[in-house]
Amino acid sequence: MSVRPPTFVKFRDVQAELERSGAAIFRDADGVESLVIRNPYAISYIHSYAEDTPFFLGLTEGRLRGSKCRKPKCGFVYATPRSHCMVCGAPTEWIDLPTRGRVHSFTTCHFGSEAFLKETPYNLAMVEFDGVGSLLLVRLKDCVESDLYVGMPVEARFDPNPKYSITDVWFVPARPSH
Amino acid sequence: MVAGGVTKFAKAHPAMDFRLMVKRAYDYALKDVPNLTSDRIDGSRISYFSDHFTRQLKAASMVQDYLGLNPKGSVRIEWGGATGGECFQAAYEAVASGRMDVCLAAGFETMSRVATWKGNEFIALASDTNFDFPLGGFYTGYYALMVVRHIYEYLRLRKFADVKDEREAQRLAIAEGSRIMAKVSVKNHLNALHNPYAQYPKRLTVDDVLHSEMISYPLTREQICTMSDGAAVAVLCTEERAKELTDRPVRITGVGCGTDTMRLADRPFGSVPLLPHERARDYEDLPYPGIHSFRAGRSAGIEAYRMAGITKPAEELDFIELHDAYASSEIQTYEDLGLCKYGEGYDFVERGDPFLKEIDYGFPTPKAGAIPVNPSGGLIACGHPVGATGLMQGVFAFWQLQGTIPKHFRDPALQLDRPRRGAIHSHAGTGSSVTVSVLERGFR
Ligand SMILES: [Zn+2]
Repeated sequence: MSVRPPTFVKFRDVQAELERSGAAIFRDADGVESLVIRNPYAISYIHSYAEDTPFFLGLTEGRLRGSKCRKPKCGFVYATPRSHCMVCGAPTEWIDLPTRGRVHSFTTCHFGSEAFLKETPYNLAMVEFDGVGSLLLVRLKDCVESDLYVGMPVEARFDPNPKYSITDVWFVPARPSH
Repeated sequence: MVAGGVTKFAKAHPAMDFRLMVKRAYDYALKDVPNLTSDRIDGSRISYFSDHFTRQLKAASMVQDYLGLNPKGSVRIEWGGATGGECFQAAYEAVASGRMDVCLAAGFETMSRVATWKGNEFIALASDTNFDFPLGGFYTGYYALMVVRHIYEYLRLRKFADVKDEREAQRLAIAEGSRIMAKVSVKNHLNALHNPYAQYPKRLTVDDVLHSEMISYPLTREQICTMSDGAAVAVLCTEERAKELTDRPVRITGVGCGTDTMRLADRPFGSVPLLPHERARDYEDLPYPGIHSFRAGRSAGIEAYRMAGITKPAEELDFIELHDAYASSEIQTYEDLGLCKYGEGYDFVERGDPFLKEIDYGFPTPKAGAIPVNPSGGLIACGHPVGATGLMQGVFAFWQLQGTIPKHFRDPALQLDRPRRGAIHSHAGTGSSVTVSVLERGFR
């Protein structure tokens, strides 16, 4: 009695068989056979935001928080917060960022990592803020690829039901200011 | 360097695990130098990028084991996309420090063990998992953000400065940039037609590249490298050993490594670290590096060139194998490495400098042969099994300088005319670490 799994000459068919039964044999052009099995792997990490925590808690209150170097001679302002200054090494303090900025660069992702494939297409933008020395990477919503341009004014929106992730904030095209 | 070997890069090698792939490349290298036997190797540096792909921790120990190199010394090297380039330099350092006379650098990656988009996820975990990854973590997306800004700085603000409507000006600039990037992709795929190790050699037109599937605007599928299985090895040794082993050694005359912030968003807007042939006034109004250029690549170039005594890289290098994970990053890297000035990368392609003289690409390349870039086909056409890639570049550069491309490729087309000096460039993350190594012919 043979309990060999089925044999395929196309690797794509091997992959399909793994989804079905968990095992298959691949026979290559030279006739070499390889036994291939499905080997699942899943894990939940215990992830602390640690020193970045005030930023993520800020999002739950509709606040966009950056950080500013405490050393008066330096005073570098970060849009993506860092608890220590990369320029001079001094500790930083939390500040509120403007909720309006401009697109520094943009793209529309038509594919993505497996975890995000179902969300495609989505826009990513680097946002710049007046008086701030670094940028913030965000999702840009309520607009499509052909709307986007460098310099486009945008403003922040916050998720009323936060997921405690950077995705709790996103940007949309800014309404004309008065 | 006295020997090298590469397995053919492929989407999947189900009949070979990583140990056997490295073994094949290793045996090839040893066979090429009859005097070089396993017992003459003092130890190794072994590289692979991701434990997620192997799902086997300490896989480098299993390679050391399989090659029969126990109980000699060995260290695993990991440095993101620059893993292979870093491994090459680690082996160089093992010899240069006097610790070993002969050191093996071996690298591999087996990316076929997960589906493509899962693989993209693993790679994206090499971006900040608090601030970057959860947004859709996707490296092509990050590189698209970079090239959109690069195009803005150098095409929108210069070539299309007269167009009044901002959106229209940017669209024209992106179309122009995309057309030029497509030429890079055509070049690398066509060069690879003569490289039997390449995963995706093919004849393409600019239109084929532009009309291939959009992955992340404006980057299309044919402008992006793929997931691969593959391995590569390089054998490095002292000059005395080299003389005993071969009459065609290649000397490593410069090594450089640079770094930058993990998050693209944190890159400063400062001034350009200059190469010897540049002046501060060349870049007076250029915020640098921002997200348009790779400061790590510039730093690595400065260090490697200084050590090798290179002051005019475009004239003093005969070719370069650089890390073209994207057609866009090849153009950005021309500028970082001083093959042309910042802002001249697109013109550099239009003039034809990085193309091979003997190949017809289907469009004019008047200055072809000036400094061939990725004569092997690069990552775009050869594939990118991360831990092997930088070593693959080392092996191809080694064969170029030896003049043995016709023998190893069984095709003379890609052999340059007696090159004296070349460079290899290995690049990680969004440019968070980069290595540059300079190699020179070590015989008359
Ligand atoms: Zn500071």
